[in-house]
Amino acid sequence: MSGESLWSIFLNASLVNNFVLAYFLGICPFLGVSGKLATATRMGAAVCFVMLVSSLCAYGIHRLLVAIEAPYLQLIAYIVVIASTVQLVEMFIRKMSPALFRALGIFLPLITTNCAILGLALFQTNKGYTLVQSLVYALGAGAGFTLALVLMAGIREKLELAAVPDAVQGTALTLMIAGILSLAFMGFAGLGA
Amino acid sequence: MKGAEKAVPAISTDDFIKGLWRENPVFVQVLGMCPVLAVSNSAINALAMGLATSFVLVLSNTLVSLLRHGVPRQVRIATFILIIASFVTVVDYLIQAVSLELHRALGAFISLIVVNCLILGRAEAFASKQSVSRSFLDGLGMGLGFTLALLCLGAVREILGSGALFGVALFPAGFQPWTVMILPSGGFFTLGLWLLFFNYLRVRKPAVREAVPGGTP
Repeated sequence: MSGESLWSIFLNASLVNNFVLAYFLGICPFLGVSGKLATATRMGAAVCFVMLVSSLCAYGIHRLLVAIEAPYLQLIAYIVVIASTVQLVEMFIRKMSPALFRALGIFLPLITTNCAILGLALFQTNKGYTLVQSLVYALGAGAGFTLALVLMAGIREKLELAAVPDAVQGTALTLMIAGILSLAFMGFAGLGA
Repeated sequence: MKGAEKAVPAISTDDFIKGLWRENPVFVQVLGMCPVLAVSNSAINALAMGLATSFVLVLSNTLVSLLRHGVPRQVRIATFILIIASFVTVVDYLIQAVSLELHRALGAFISLIVVNCLILGRAEAFASKQSVSRSFLDGLGMGLGFTLALLCLGAVREILGSGALFGVALFPAGFQPWTVMILPSGGFFTLGLWLLFFNYLRVRKPAVREAVPGGTP
């Protein structure tokens, strides 16, 4: 697996096996924050950023845990590190760029419980990626997440103007659109192989 | 635990029942969507995931409730996550020991129980404020409600997608399975249709959700 080219890793994570539409990771923000295009874009950017940072950390921890022969600590170590990374990143951004901090707002702390982040850390470990491959994988996953979120937000903004029956309102409708999007993304299968 | 149960019998029964139907975690609260969609491509996977989540939910609810006076408010979320992560590690190794095949089918989604918002949500909203017995029952009820919802989804997807239920073929050889139902998009469609069905019941006659105790329509 680790012989894969960087470009195919990126395509794989962003389109072929899109985290939201093929692995169902990060469904909560996908359903919750996809109402408006502007918030969706910001959420996507925040997730991309945290994914890159936590991918870097997860790689380090994995190396450390292998060195001290304690694989059973993997899950606990990952979740603790992701939670504290998000905190650190939040503090760092608040200090360095108040404008960016205001733009990301509430989304930054929410990312801790986004399963896409932990999923990314676990997948990259399972696939045995090197440091560079891990980072490209994180970038692809983040880009795919943002793409799905932005597509969804665009569709939902249009739907605001449509007359929809009461029973279909809300999550039911969003899930069916997600199903159609997921069907569309199946067309990417085999790309970059 | 038994004594506390007897002291407030009406409330305790309700703690258990409400998770099954009135506050069903999947169909009503729409929590913990990731595993619901990801592992419901067959009934057996759905059942295993439901039971694993219930196990973690019951134990973490009980432990959180036991520790509720000892944990400072500022670090409570971190403590909850640590407790949950430890139990999930236990479940992970347990499933690996029982059935390696099942462990492979569920893959990373066993580890991802840690970030299931349902578990953290119950710990924060219920167990950190209530007695041990009530938290235990709440965890059991919510866990069973979650399992029931997963089974609803898994059964539909397996029957349509592979023409079988729990691996037993249901249709004669001429049946053409809807492969799309066991693919990711089938998960979105099935859950969307279930939610639509429940919305329909609620919009049409609100009395129904009080009258029917189980999740099976």
